[in-house]
Amino acid sequence: MSFELLINALIAGVLLGGFYAAVTVGVSISFGILDIVNIAHPAFIILGSYIAYIVNQTLGIDPILTAVIALPGFYLLGSMIYQVYYASFEKRGQDSMRGLAFFFGLLFVTEVMLILAFGVDYRYVQAGYIDKTWHFGFADIPFRMLIPCIISLAMLGLLQLYLSRTFTGRAIMAVSQDQLALRLMAADPARIKRIAFSISIATAALAGAFLIVIQPIEPSVGREYIGRVFAICVLGGLQSLPGTVIAAMLLGIIESLTATFYGPSWAPAVSFGVLLLTLAFRPAGLLGR
Amino acid sequence: MAAPLLQIENVGKRFGGFVALDGINLTVAQGERVGLIGPNGSGKSTLVNCMCGTLQNDTGQVVFDGHVMNGLSAHQRARRGIARSFQLPRPFSTLSVAENLRIPLLYAAHTRRGRHLSHDEIGSRCLELAGLVGLAAKADRLPGDLTQVEMRKLELARAVAVDPKLLIADEAMAGLSHSEVDEIVALLIAMNERGVTIIMIEHIMRAVMAFSQRLVVLVTGKKIADGTPQEVVSHPEVIGAYLGQ
Amino acid sequence: MRSLIFYIASILIGAVLFGFARWLGNDYLFFAGYTVLQFVVLATAWNILGGYCGYVNFGSAAFFAAGAYSSVTLHKLGTNIDRYFPDSLAGLAHAILPLPVPVLVVIGGIVAGLIGLGTGYLTLRLRGAFFAIATLALAVVLQTLIVNWDFVGGSRGAYIIRPAEVPVIGPYIQYLFLVMLILAIVAIITARTIEQSRLGYGFATIRDDETAAEACGVPTLRVKLIATTVSGALMGMAGAPFPYYIGYLEPGSAFGLAYTVNSIAMPMIGGTTSWVGPLVGALLLGILQQIATVTISSAVNLLIVGLLLVGFVIIAPKGIVGLVKDFMRERGPEGSTPTWRTRLAAFANMRPGAR
Repeated sequence: MSFELLINALIAGVLLGGFYAAVTVGVSISFGILDIVNIAHPAFIILGSYIAYIVNQTLGIDPILTAVIALPGFYLLGSMIYQVYYASFEKRGQDSMRGLAFFFGLLFVTEVMLILAFGVDYRYVQAGYIDKTWHFGFADIPFRMLIPCIISLAMLGLLQLYLSRTFTGRAIMAVSQDQLALRLMAADPARIKRIAFSISIATAALAGAFLIVIQPIEPSVGREYIGRVFAICVLGGLQSLPGTVIAAMLLGIIESLTATFYGPSWAPAVSFGVLLLTLAFRPAGLLGR
Repeated sequence: MAAPLLQIENVGKRFGGFVALDGINLTVAQGERVGLIGPNGSGKSTLVNCMCGTLQNDTGQVVFDGHVMNGLSAHQRARRGIARSFQLPRPFSTLSVAENLRIPLLYAAHTRRGRHLSHDEIGSRCLELAGLVGLAAKADRLPGDLTQVEMRKLELARAVAVDPKLLIADEAMAGLSHSEVDEIVALLIAMNERGVTIIMIEHIMRAVMAFSQRLVVLVTGKKIADGTPQEVVSHPEVIGAYLGQ
Repeated sequence: MRSLIFYIASILIGAVLFGFARWLGNDYLFFAGYTVLQFVVLATAWNILGGYCGYVNFGSAAFFAAGAYSSVTLHKLGTNIDRYFPDSLAGLAHAILPLPVPVLVVIGGIVAGLIGLGTGYLTLRLRGAFFAIATLALAVVLQTLIVNWDFVGGSRGAYIIRPAEVPVIGPYIQYLFLVMLILAIVAIITARTIEQSRLGYGFATIRDDETAAEACGVPTLRVKLIATTVSGALMGMAGAPFPYYIGYLEPGSAFGLAYTVNSIAMPMIGGTTSWVGPLVGALLLGILQQIATVTISSAVNLLIVGLLLVGFVIIAPKGIVGLVKDFMRERGPEGSTPTWRTRLAAFANMRPGAR
């Protein structure tokens, strides 16, 4: 086992993990905090990727910049979807089965619409830093992975600050624990939840930009990420953002090592396998709830 | 003296850092009528959950009918004869009132009689139980059509359907009228006279005093009093913590 | 007594259907009909766990493929007996293999049933949402395993050579159609039997309130495991003849998203509370899709299914059966005499308490 290979695999894993954290944080909020099983989250990420792709193709704008501009749009989208979800399911007190079916339907419809619009060919973006690599002795640090990783961690840091320091942020953390107390503090739980869900979809815009910077995309890529996202979410302990980062890094490293030493065809099974094992043996996550 | 039906030995339960139950010791004799009172949040429902298996106690043990219950699931305890009504009614919302009552008859009561009940027996027993709490006319309705009070009665009737040795009525009378409270107390006393041991958790002192042979008081996870109703209500700590002046 | 009538009726309907199709003599009818019947089985199977118990399975494709690939495995063993069996067993192997399709169906069911049992055992002690996610994971893990398993062809796929004709029935496709028809009847009878049994009540309590179910003596874990096993097994049985139907099996088509989406959409659109819903959903959507694939692309086809799913879940959560039920169950005064409507509704088991 070559030492060089190992180090590079580890570096790739860490960078990948940073990216995975951005992909997962939306679900950490919607599933971990709001208890909404939004399995359609990867669909929004892929949507973000395709939007970044179109803008990049037509206007030449950097994908991550596009995503930042698109943030309010995604926030609004999240708001609308939450309204539908709330009116159809949460208010009626329907069993979670229909909520799950709803999101699954969304995931599926989004994917098929993207196939119809863009076909199944792989798409990628052009940006200055995508082909550059930083050589550090024998270590290779590709910029197309470094930039998303750094911005992702910054985004998570900001979110963590928001959730722990601002009134709305703390209300969001509280809404999962004690709705009555929240009402007594003159905050409307439904509104708080809607804000939180909208934020979670907004993160998908950025995650989508990161995705298309890191790898070429096609519509079914989203489904690969469902396993990763929930594996990281559960492994990291559902409500903890720092836990999400740690779990994301861990998964990134495991995947990277598997791909390097056993071949990429096993990669999809890694995250889902980790998920199954975690659910079976340690459902409270590494850090516990 | 016969062995107690229920022995709770040093039972403790925590949720994260919060101690819900702190070393509870309680003995209930066969055929007793015990009242359990205490302020909201004192751990009464947690204690009930630990007795019934809905939650597993962290420390100590629950001994029922001579057997240690630790590790047994709720349905196993139900089959051994522990039944409870939920404080917030939890009916099966897509089943009718009669069908709600049918479930314990299908899944728990058979163990007590040593055989499965026949189709007709089940049918008549469902109606009988519904009648016991005044819901016979609504036997085919869904729980969504019932009032809050009627749902509580259904909750109690469903617990009775288990054919238990020990029945735990968790605030079954909240919201009932004066006469309805008397009805339920009479129902429970009648059951007790047929041999069912009953633990009643209530805030309605009138019912508790009328019903209980023994009164237990729980405050912030600890048992602070355990004796006859007269002793307990004049206990200064109880008055301070719960009853008020 | 009612059950006996039901069994006889379903066998008669099946026989009439088969006879009619043969009389028409159009091969396409058999090919299309096979697919529709396959969906009837998948939808009914999904509903046993999803509709009756409230546990959503996103991995129907995994169970279907498990059945398909057990058939492929046995086929490969059968066509290469001398390579894979030691001399002592070769004689026995030659006598048994290749196994006839009905036996493969049973084996596919057993394999898939065991997978269902295993997945359930690992995850059913957690909340329903975790089970749903685990089934997603299962599908991907299984597909990755198959892709990397060269014996069954890996990603290159496997060819199944089937005979052109069978004795008695004639064309092979008619034989497969008959197998699937019988399987569909078996699935529906299974679903109906469960509904009317003590187990059916147990399933309903799990769907409504698991904690209360436990308190009433329902062994929830055991009941859920029965549901996942039966559901998975039926799906595997639907998948077992598939390699023989299609002639060439590769992971992409065996694990196709269409199976997962349709097995969820058909019961949810048809109605989840009884065996009627999945049948209605499967027949409607199945036939619609057969017509659509000829006229429009398969992607648009699936899009419509997806949109219908989302639409129904939001607007008509009780499905088609629920809509019909609301229309039929006119609330007369208490104790009114049953009308033809209420009688029909009761017969089709669409009213709670109509047992």
